[in-house]
Amino acid sequence: MKLTGKQTRAWLLNFSAKIQEKKQDLNDLDQAIGDGDHGSNMARGVHAVEEAIKNENHTPASEILKKAAMAMVSKVGGASGPLYGTAFLEMAKVIDTEELPTVLAAGLDGVKKRSKADADEKTMADMWAPVVKALQEKKLTKDVINESVEATKELKATKGRASYLNEGSIGHLDPGSVSSSYLFFALLEEVDVNE
Amino acid sequence: MSKPFGVLLASHVEELAFGVYKLLKESATNTPLTYAGGTDEGNIGSSFDKIMQAVEENEADHIYAFYDLGSAKMTLEMVSEMCDKSIEIVDCAFIEGAFTASVLINGGNEKEAIDKQLTPLKIK
Repeated sequence: MKLTGKQTRAWLLNFSAKIQEKKQDLNDLDQAIGDGDHGSNMARGVHAVEEAIKNENHTPASEILKKAAMAMVSKVGGASGPLYGTAFLEMAKVIDTEELPTVLAAGLDGVKKRSKADADEKTMADMWAPVVKALQEKKLTKDVINESVEATKELKATKGRASYLNEGSIGHLDPGSVSSSYLFFALLEEVDVNE
Repeated sequence: MSKPFGVLLASHVEELAFGVYKLLKESATNTPLTYAGGTDEGNIGSSFDKIMQAVEENEADHIYAFYDLGSAKMTLEMVSEMCDKSIEIVDCAFIEGAFTASVLINGGNEKEAIDKQLTPLKIK
């Protein structure tokens, strides 16, 4: 399936609501292995996304994503700004013409390009990869998303702020993967992804 | 008139960026130097708009950009992809790298000489 502008807008607004609801949880997770501001940063970013797209009822999906990307890049203030921003920009390049799994695969490539992270470095990429794979196989469920997040717990961070903790990062969820899970839960709620 | 090389500082903290700028300015009075620190609200983080402004205000044709931590680098990368200026993000120790580049530029050195002295300072 291909996403329309309307669906893309609904998806991102849903994501925004989830992030704002979980802001404190995300801060708490980040406090354990980072600088404790992931929830506040993301909440500021998605609020700007909302402002940028709320009245865009007839805008193509690519334009919605570009607006969202620039809002994240400008307003987040932490690494998640460029990371989500690049993911959205890469998705914007293909969303009007390609099927959903290809779009999210482009997003994952964007995350990897920006973070320079390989697999198992305890970053968003570790959460996105199994989700994109499941989507390609038309098997994306809430369980897949939850398992992808949980799997980051036992990884040792070798990229990002948590990498300064070395072994100390093991046993904690990666906050960026948790916020990413809300992006995919929102997608599941708004769109029949396995159609 | 534009100059061949300049230095840009991107830090998570406004005072840190300004402090390093002050340090560099003392020794490299003629090097084009600009800085961006903290978020738009003055909190800890990096700001796309502030970094973009520091790029635009830098009068050099080629900017050596130094950063403190990873997310400042990512923001620098996004700015560099979205503007026409020639920006080289350098993975050197923030203060030592920026200081070295600034004084070498101030002394009128060629790119090759600058790059050669930056290489051993790469830590990231």
